[in-house]
Amino acid sequence: MEDLSQYPLELPESDKPMVRFQNVTKRYGALTVLDDLNLDIAEGEMVSIIGPSGSGKTTVLRMLMLERIQGGVIYVDGKPLTHMQQRGRLVQASEKYLRQAREPVGMCFQHFNLFPHMTALQNCMEGPVQVLGMSKKNARERSEELLELVGLIDKKDQHPSRLSGGQQQRVAIARALAMRPKVLLLDEVTSALDPEVIGEVTEVIKGLVSAHNLTIMMVTHQMGFAREISDRVCFFFGGKIEEQGAPADLFDNPQRERTQQFLSAVKSAD
Amino acid sequence: MEWNWEFTWEIMPRMLVATGNTLIAAGLGYSIAIVLGLFLALAQRTPISLLTLIVREFVEFIRSTPLVLQIFFVYYVGPQYGIDLSPWVAGMIAIGLHYSAYLSEVYRGGIESVPVGQWEACRSLSLSTSDTYFRIIIPQALPPSVAGMGNYLVGIFKDTPMLSVIGVAELMHAANAIGGQHYRYLEPYTIVGVIFLLISLPSAGVIRVFETWVRRKLGMI
Ligand SMILES: Nc1ncnc2c1ncn2[C@@H]1O[C@H](COP(=O)(O)OP(=O)(O)OP(=O)(O)O)[C@@H](O)[C@H]1O
Ligand SMILES: [Mg+2]
Repeated sequence: MEDLSQYPLELPESDKPMVRFQNVTKRYGALTVLDDLNLDIAEGEMVSIIGPSGSGKTTVLRMLMLERIQGGVIYVDGKPLTHMQQRGRLVQASEKYLRQAREPVGMCFQHFNLFPHMTALQNCMEGPVQVLGMSKKNARERSEELLELVGLIDKKDQHPSRLSGGQQQRVAIARALAMRPKVLLLDEVTSALDPEVIGEVTEVIKGLVSAHNLTIMMVTHQMGFAREISDRVCFFFGGKIEEQGAPADLFDNPQRERTQQFLSAVKSAD
Repeated sequence: MEWNWEFTWEIMPRMLVATGNTLIAAGLGYSIAIVLGLFLALAQRTPISLLTLIVREFVEFIRSTPLVLQIFFVYYVGPQYGIDLSPWVAGMIAIGLHYSAYLSEVYRGGIESVPVGQWEACRSLSLSTSDTYFRIIIPQALPPSVAGMGNYLVGIFKDTPMLSVIGVAELMHAANAIGGQHYRYLEPYTIVGVIFLLISLPSAGVIRVFETWVRRKLGMI
């Protein structure tokens, strides 16, 4: 068992990123997918995660939302997410604690994962009503505002099966935003889309970056888009951050050989 | 022995009343099975492995022993432990329990057919476990379960004659009684067969229509 006493119970105001991965290790059986990862993300920062297939990009996001880790601690907004305090010490988080601690984190998926038996509006209202305990009236107002924001207010009463991929993904973004997350995770949200509708989703994401004080972690294969909107780009390789930096530095002047290889391979594929 | 129409019409009212009882028995037993089956299916998905194990073995046990044995068991063994049940109550318990085991398997298949992304979406919204099941997963598990549920509705209907062994006054019981009184079995048994046929035959079509209706109602087509 790992000695958890080395980790603070809470992060101090003076050193409080929105998200902190501290010595995070994730294994699936014998396979180590994330290897002693350390990563801080500041409030309002937009971080893109790039890297070859299987390098652990999705896993990084999933640790904040869906899965447990085998080593280290993750903090969100200064509070431990993967662990909870018990008699002045950190212990593994219970399911109940996890569910609550993850409330400030929202996620959008490659395949949208909208609820097919609900309309666009009902999809957006589900979390606010059932989880946040908001009145239906307020949840509806908030959801309609968000559907307006993503340009789909005229589709609010449609079920997902009646929407295009781009429209479904925009509803999914609205659904995540309806929970008023502090951190938004985007996992290849344009990868399943036809090329001609990618733009409508990236436009929405651009709007979020400029208008809201959202912290965003985005896994993407669209290098041009990552370069355009990120504050920082992390290149993952083999479950570690091989190289990170401002987009101009990383894309134009990569220092590590693996980064150079990856970027030139991506460029030649385009 | 020739078919006697006069006798046929004479016994028809009694047979129709018994048909009503058959339908009530099937309906009640099915209602029990539908609800209990869901609990059996959900219990097998709890993180409590002991409960999962017990329920799984129970379902396996019910499915591998004959219904008629279960009916006798509930009706005749119960009183020896001071649990006196009327034929109707014992019959409904036995047949409801029996079919709940089958329906739990249908539900299990339906739940497993819901894509894993739906579970992940629920987690990403921090939905509680019960909201996840009852608001998101089960509604989507329903359409793929309708066909199986319909088959077992027909199945329970065709199994109701077994309740005659403990004296539930359904169709088979009435036919036996009439036959015994008049020493004529041709007409009552034929009527039983025709009534079962008339009700069972259209059911496959009705189930298909219902399945489409459920999908449309849920906005999934
Ligand atoms: N549930 C799981 N069980 C076992 N291994 C897993 C599981 N999920 C992911 N992995 C493994 O973890 C490694 C990292 O996976 P991850 O999905 O994070 O990669 P990725 O960088 O997102 O790749 P891609 O670009 O293909 O999406 C891979 O080797 C993958 O096979
Ligand atoms: Mg991935």
